[in-house]
Amino acid sequence: MTDVKTDSAARAVSSSPDPSLPSSDGPMAGSTADTPKIACRSVWKVYGPDADKRFAELHSQLHSQLHPQLHPQLHPQQFDSEQLRQTLLEEGFIVAAADVSFDVQPGEIFIIMGLSGSGKSTMVRCLSRLVEPTGGEVLLDGEDFLAANDAELINIRRHRMGMVFQNFGLMPHLTVLENISFPLKLQGMPTKQRNACAREVLELVGLQGRENSFPRQLSGGQQQRVGIARSLAVEPDVWLLDEPFSALDPLIRRQMQDEFLRLQTILNKTIVFITHDFLEALRLADRIAIMKDGLLVQLGTPTELVLNPANDYVAEFTKDVPRDRVITVGELVDPLHSQTLPNTPSIADSTTLNNVMPLFESHPNGVQVTRDEQIIGVVTPAMVIQALAQHQS
Amino acid sequence: MQSGDKDRVGLHSVWVWSVVLIGSAVAIWLAPSVAWLAKPPVDWVLPIADVTNQITEVIVNVAKPAFRFIGSVFAIPMEALQGLLQLLPWPATIALFAALAWVAAGWKLMVFTVLALFYMVLTGYWSPSMNTLGTVLISIPLALLLGFGLAVVTYQSPRVNQVVQPLLDFMQTVPTFAYLIPIMLLFGFGPVVGVVASAIYACPPMVRNMIVGLQQVPEEVIESGRMSGATPLQLFWQVRIPNAMSTIMVGVNQATMAALSMVIIAAIIGSSADIGWEVLNQMRKARFGESLIAGLVIALFAMVLDRISLGFTDRGRAVERQHAPTITRVTPWLVAAIVVMGSFVFAPQLTWLSVWPEGWVFYPADVINDALKQLTADYAAVMKSIKNTALFYYLLPIRIGFSKAISPFSWGFALETWMVQGYALVCALLCVVATWRYSWKVGVGIVITATLLWFGMTGIPWIVFIAVVSTLAWQVAGWRVGITSVLAWMFMVLTGIWQQAMVSVAMCLAAVLVCLLFGGALGIWASRNDRVSSIIRPINDTLQSMPLFVILIPFLMFFQIGEFTSFLAIIAYAIVPCIRYTEHGLRNVPETTVEAAVSIGCTPRQLLWNVKLPLALPQIMLGLNQTVMFALAMLVITALVGSKGLGQSVYIALSNSDAGQGLVAGFSMAFIAIVADRVLQGWSLRRQRELGLVQ
Repeated sequence: MTDVKTDSAARAVSSSPDPSLPSSDGPMAGSTADTPKIACRSVWKVYGPDADKRFAELHSQLHSQLHPQLHPQLHPQQFDSEQLRQTLLEEGFIVAAADVSFDVQPGEIFIIMGLSGSGKSTMVRCLSRLVEPTGGEVLLDGEDFLAANDAELINIRRHRMGMVFQNFGLMPHLTVLENISFPLKLQGMPTKQRNACAREVLELVGLQGRENSFPRQLSGGQQQRVGIARSLAVEPDVWLLDEPFSALDPLIRRQMQDEFLRLQTILNKTIVFITHDFLEALRLADRIAIMKDGLLVQLGTPTELVLNPANDYVAEFTKDVPRDRVITVGELVDPLHSQTLPNTPSIADSTTLNNVMPLFESHPNGVQVTRDEQIIGVVTPAMVIQALAQHQS
Repeated sequence: MQSGDKDRVGLHSVWVWSVVLIGSAVAIWLAPSVAWLAKPPVDWVLPIADVTNQITEVIVNVAKPAFRFIGSVFAIPMEALQGLLQLLPWPATIALFAALAWVAAGWKLMVFTVLALFYMVLTGYWSPSMNTLGTVLISIPLALLLGFGLAVVTYQSPRVNQVVQPLLDFMQTVPTFAYLIPIMLLFGFGPVVGVVASAIYACPPMVRNMIVGLQQVPEEVIESGRMSGATPLQLFWQVRIPNAMSTIMVGVNQATMAALSMVIIAAIIGSSADIGWEVLNQMRKARFGESLIAGLVIALFAMVLDRISLGFTDRGRAVERQHAPTITRVTPWLVAAIVVMGSFVFAPQLTWLSVWPEGWVFYPADVINDALKQLTADYAAVMKSIKNTALFYYLLPIRIGFSKAISPFSWGFALETWMVQGYALVCALLCVVATWRYSWKVGVGIVITATLLWFGMTGIPWIVFIAVVSTLAWQVAGWRVGITSVLAWMFMVLTGIWQQAMVSVAMCLAAVLVCLLFGGALGIWASRNDRVSSIIRPINDTLQSMPLFVILIPFLMFFQIGEFTSFLAIIAYAIVPCIRYTEHGLRNVPETTVEAAVSIGCTPRQLLWNVKLPLALPQIMLGLNQTVMFALAMLVITALVGSKGLGQSVYIALSNSDAGQGLVAGFSMAFIAIVADRVLQGWSLRRQRELGLVQ
């Protein structure tokens, strides 16, 4: 049993990034804008009779009752939220999300991973306001998304957000083309124009020739392609995917993951992707947030999670992950002692160890590592073996 | 922990039943000497009927002008439509319907439609048929509009739903005859009464299906609509409604059939020259050949309307239709238009196009009557013995009990003391064995059944009946239903129609038991044999879509007016859900369960009795529930052929325009229906939960 203290301690270190500091772990960090595309600030979702009211009461109560001197080791915010959560649970409320905070940078693939009932679907619905958060803030491009009125909300959904659903959520009475152009139709775009737009996206997802089929005539994978195409039809910059591949066969799932990565290299959207499949998360994510019982347990890059799991719960997921597929050569190189090895191939710092090892057959002394096409050092077989031995599960 | 709870509940109900049974025994023992125990005393009766009449009179006097005005407004489009239908040459009308049938379900239905409508021309019933059609075509849109509005208001608010659902139950279970009376008082005589009554009667299935349809739209589809940026209005019209369409169309189909059924029934208050009146008239004159020929018109009408509206429920077809090339979509209507024009052009020369000549009418009533006379003469003895056996050995004991039914006249011997003792002994023995072998519940069941059969529904002290039935309701479906049951039966005591109610309960029970036995057997057979299934299904469909009193005709022909005819008619109509649900339940037992049972070596018989039937039981109970509803609905109609009880009370009230008496008897039937419904549904739901078939 993971006790509560570990959980909240883990949260103390890994969640609630201070928004004033530039994030160091986003892939685009430092290179582009300072404002995150999406910012989630201690978001709560509580279900139950009069949940909103009770939450507000308890929230203000606990704020006034804080005695930080009794628990100096805990950050006051943490103490507050954990007690709030416990009280709500004791009173019979369902706490689907508790004090969840994270930033998503432009162009990032941000994955929320958790088992069923962990609150991950609630979180993505809070981001799209399909579910109204009970407390906290959601900022979209730095603007308060929760303050948007109905008309503004509809407008944001019509132009800036696209969402893909686990069971596709297609309209059974519409053809593939009509499904894809449905959001455009709702905007009142003339038929000809919207069909042209829809056809473009349709080709993007590889559904040429199926324009006039109905959803029931398609396979699961094809149906999800329609779902993806529909969510992209309005050219959103925020792309939300709620377990998009969970309803598909493993082989098709794999294909769709590749397809997804391919689309992202073309489109460069800001993505929040929900999954219960840790391996899927590892494959696709720039960063992963692991949720359990409504709490954000750990947030980090795939490598961070695998190499430094915050607690037993996370370790349980990561323990069978082959280390050589997670550790990248960039982490082995010491840039301060950059060396060069003439006449050896150069590989990018994001290459994982399993992809380097075949090179050692013909280059037993090691290969050069580059970042942004600059040589930053060398990686040798000994370094690889040492890294793997160190991180033996 | 779990089993401890269960034991406590078990013990609790042992106590409850002990108290009820001992109390009942005391009541039965005291009944001969205490008059108010045996029969509800007359001076307890509250003047509910009279008060209702007075209230109705006041309301009618105040509101009559307004309603008469509304009536005259409805009359305008109806008379216009009827006029138009009479004016149109029959080939034109047939062509229009044929086109509709073609669009709805293809050429087969088109051929059937043409033949069915031509039958009306051929038998000379075209004009009354068109009058009926006119009324139906006005009342259907009215019912749909009403239903649509009510559903839209209801589905989004659980609070409104709580009010509307029981109201719908009432609208559907109060016998149609009963609310014809107030409508008649408000709107006066005439075809408008039929329109209003059928709109009211046809509205509940529309509301129900639409609510279910709207609620069943998957949450994700709605979310995807919202994420596509739909405004609330767009969400409703472009996401919810299209997704609920097939269920809504089922509602349209049911509403259509209900409207037709009610328009036919409304003929009873003597409206226009429509086909319902025609059938009723012939039936009253005991002209069976004629009523069969006219009844067939109604039957064909029902089938055509049913199949056409069913055709529109097929979503796949609907979608394909929508996306078919223009030429395919237009052709049927083009052809129809040509026929319409043609028939108008040629009508002046060829008069048979507008009026079918007398000489060409095919009307084999005399042939049928003669054959029937011959048949009944030949088999008189057989039929009489069938009828008497059923009456003396089955219907009579349930109604008045063995204690009165056994007499030298009926059973051929008188009841003697040793027989009574023997009966008691056998029953007691059975009870003990059942308690020891199965459970105390079976024992209690045997005691209750034996007592009821001994005294009969009309002979059992009323207080015992209410106590036993309400306790059963409480134990099976919760205390709310138990209290409802007490209140419902007390209503009948306090309005002084207890005796009639018990006669109806006896008839209904007798019919339902037969339905359960034969319907269950047929259902089992159909579940194991695809051919049987494919033969039974269309028969069921047809029976179910038939306006009620058409079903009376064939039984009336063979067994004349009387209790036995109504018994058979009730069975014929009410057996359908028993067959359907049994088959459905058995066929839908989870495949894995069946495979597991077969792989551990179940014989087919064991598979049926030990695996499939227990799992299908909740479904079968739902079928039984429907059967009870259908039986009660038919019970009222059978008053036309001389059944007694509440149906008769309503019917008499109708002919006396006695709103109070009619409503009291009508409400009593509705109460019986609602209690039966809650108990059976409650039981089925609980069982399904226990089996993990629903959440």
